[in-house]
Amino acid sequence: MTDLWLVVLVASAACLGLKLAGAWVPRAWLDSQRVRVGLSLMTVGLLAGLVVTQTLSQDGGLGLDARLAALALAALLLWRRAPFLVVVVAGAGAAAGLRALGWG
Amino acid sequence: MSERSGGSAGDATAAARRQAVSVAVATGLYGVSFGALAVAAGLSWGQTLFLSAVMFTGGSQFALIGVIGAGGLGSAAVAGAALLGSRNGLYGVQLGPVLELKGWRRWLGAQLTIDESAAVALAQPDQASRRVGFWWAGAGVWLCWNACTALGALAGEAMGDPKAWGLDAAAAAAFLALLWPRLTDRRTGLTAVLAGLVALVVLPLAPPGLPVLAAGAVGLAVGLSGRTTATGVEP
Repeated sequence: MTDLWLVVLVASAACLGLKLAGAWVPRAWLDSQRVRVGLSLMTVGLLAGLVVTQTLSQDGGLGLDARLAALALAALLLWRRAPFLVVVVAGAGAAAGLRALGWG
Repeated sequence: MSERSGGSAGDATAAARRQAVSVAVATGLYGVSFGALAVAAGLSWGQTLFLSAVMFTGGSQFALIGVIGAGGLGSAAVAGAALLGSRNGLYGVQLGPVLELKGWRRWLGAQLTIDESAAVALAQPDQASRRVGFWWAGAGVWLCWNACTALGALAGEAMGDPKAWGLDAAAAAAFLALLWPRLTDRRTGLTAVLAGLVALVVLPLAPPGLPVLAAGAVGLAVGLSGRTTATGVEP
């Protein structure tokens, strides 16, 4: 078994385990408003971190390229209440178009 | 559509089913980009399909292949995927009294508890349509997501450099689209900005994956540090 399979298996088991825990954990355990807000803001933090790293990471450091323009377009579309799929496809299209023109 | 004479309960379950199907088709298409990006990140076809079938939670799957593709540590990839997956546990707690599942249905329901099924279920007006919404969205997304992952993984091998197709930007746009509906108040918005800045500072200093975990830790710390009141938690 390769290391990559190990990562895939362990991470999948963890995610599945969390789903099962949600179905079996006594409701009282998570009844604290503080815990709920904490976990919900942790998700917000993780997603914000993913946006930043997915947009700006380049060869182990920071770099600006077509992804930033694509993200700006995505933000504009989300602000205009575009559906999820439109946002994702437009982001890909913007980056692909800019790269075809030789930018980023 | 329900065959029964158009009562409002039948209308509500039919509406839940329609909403579930449209959500399933939309997220399924997004699975194509997951399949292609996973293969580009170095995962085998089998590993890619396994993630969609068993892990089955898009944010965690994209987080995992993001770290792997950037050459990050396996442990950071696992931690990022698991922390993002914790919200499914919260949905499970919320859905428990709605679904009231027993036996094998409880296991199946847990596996199908994701953003989309929870959102469709909890948006419905009554208990019956909430259940219909949950099962149709959960099963529908699972089917479309896996079929499209397989397509994307096949296409990914044929299409060459995923950057030429803008797939790396598609992942960034997808994370923003997942974040956006959560930015409902000032506090969440400020948390997102702060967490993003921390990720930006940590990014050049730490191996891939850690900036995301640092950003998650910022969010958790802000959430736990709030003052609890009768109506909620204030900063």
